[in-house]
Amino acid sequence: MEFPEIVKQIEAAFPEAAVSVDDTAGCILIASENWLAVAEYLKTDPGTAFDALMCLTGYDRGPEGVLGAAYNLYSMEHAHKLEVRIETPRDDSTIPSVAHIWRTADWHEREVYDMFGITFDGHPDLRRMLLPDDWEGHPLRKDYQIPDFFHGIPVPKDKRGWE
Amino acid sequence: MTTSEAIRKNFGVVEAEEMVLNMGPQHPSTHGVLRLKIRTDGEIISHIEPHIGYLHRCFEKHCENLTYPQVIPYTDRCDYLASMNNNHIYVLAVEKLMGLEVPERVEYIRVIMAELQRIASHLMAVGAHGLDTGGITPITYTFRDRERILDLFEYTCGARLLYNYIWIGGVSHDLPPDFVQYATEFLDYFEPKIVEYNRLLTYNKIFIERSADVGVLPADVAVNYGASGPVLRGSGIDWDLRRNDPYSIYDRFEFDIPIGTGEMGTVGDSWDRYFVRVREMEESVKILRQALARLPKDGDVHAAIPKKVRPPEGAIYFRGENPRGELGFYIISDGSPKPYRLKMRSPAFVNLSVFSEIATGWMLADIISILGSLDIVLGEIDR
Repeated sequence: MEFPEIVKQIEAAFPEAAVSVDDTAGCILIASENWLAVAEYLKTDPGTAFDALMCLTGYDRGPEGVLGAAYNLYSMEHAHKLEVRIETPRDDSTIPSVAHIWRTADWHEREVYDMFGITFDGHPDLRRMLLPDDWEGHPLRKDYQIPDFFHGIPVPKDKRGWE
Repeated sequence: MTTSEAIRKNFGVVEAEEMVLNMGPQHPSTHGVLRLKIRTDGEIISHIEPHIGYLHRCFEKHCENLTYPQVIPYTDRCDYLASMNNNHIYVLAVEKLMGLEVPERVEYIRVIMAELQRIASHLMAVGAHGLDTGGITPITYTFRDRERILDLFEYTCGARLLYNYIWIGGVSHDLPPDFVQYATEFLDYFEPKIVEYNRLLTYNKIFIERSADVGVLPADVAVNYGASGPVLRGSGIDWDLRRNDPYSIYDRFEFDIPIGTGEMGTVGDSWDRYFVRVREMEESVKILRQALARLPKDGDVHAAIPKKVRPPEGAIYFRGENPRGELGFYIISDGSPKPYRLKMRSPAFVNLSVFSEIATGWMLADIISILGSLDIVLGEIDR
């Protein structure tokens, strides 16, 4: 299926789910509270049959903007793609977890939580993925400040010599 | 299959006190700095939890502070066994975002380099898997031949491991004189060697005992976890991005996609994943022969390199087949010379996530063989 048809099908099944549709980029923004139902539908409906989650990317729209996650879905049966984006406010960022639908999302959601601090509701084991458990802050947020000390060890910020 | 079911299926009823065991991060069989937290029941694994991040350099944060061409050397260092493929796929992603066309000769040179690198990477995987199961000799053979590929790379661009060779819009150096002849000589030398590996390792009785029927990954689990590359194909799924979602000029070559057949045991066992790699080397030789024969004689490899790399605003997800599987780059551009956000979807990261699913219920010695068959590189898992 082409992108407009997929969007039409989603809008028919969930009239209020799609917040906005970007035709040129081929992506659809879905309200966070509807995401779980839409995800289950996209995976199980024989017309869409998105059985593979290729990639899950967290992003930050700047210090004043929203946080978001982009899901790149692929159907191995129909060979079509879809990008779904979920956005969530910065101070209370929560997205429903889809780790039980696509197991790929398990580690990727942990990584997004680690780097952006987005909480994935219903994730079986939401811990930091790459950083140490006692790390403070979420480094890929645009307003992240590099700390002066880590466990009493000064963090070098002087770039002389290598820049 | 739950843990207890898996144990009963493989070993009958066992009752012993559970023990927590740490394997790694400094352990020769974990292929780098991977730590496995293992709960064992006797010698049988009842739960396994990989801990990663020991090699974390925050590649993605670095990228936000670098211009697009400056990111290329960093992609080298992510998967250090397949640097050319990483360069290739990253560069294709940026070129697609910019809408850049590159000369025919450049496309062919890139594919030649990517396929040579695929053979080199698989040689390492095959040898290391032999090493994991107790065969010390095979890796010396595979290293001997990998060395000849690295010599070809050194002859082309001066570097043996981290190349920074494929640039946005071109490649850093044109092929040196007689490269085609040397590469053809290598292929003539290399093809009979695959038979040698098969006699030495693939059909070795001990190796088969250690890897056949071990760590079976069912096809539906593999798809649901997003496994890709030889791990997915080992489970019997005919899937290769070079053919199913063609990029660069891969649609012009004829080659087969080897898949696991369960020749020695069950479809999707460690042996199948191993053998897919061996047969993929043969397919890469096929692609290389076609590409070397059709390589256009003229063309300036620097002609299409842009003075300034400033992709228009937008986002793109681009993926390609790296020796370990689907390598993807998700790039958000805000129109500036630096990426606003760059995410690397590394195949080994996803392939490792399936590990605890397939290793549960096996003996401690078997998980080494299973891990070897997944062929992970911690540099791209931790990024």
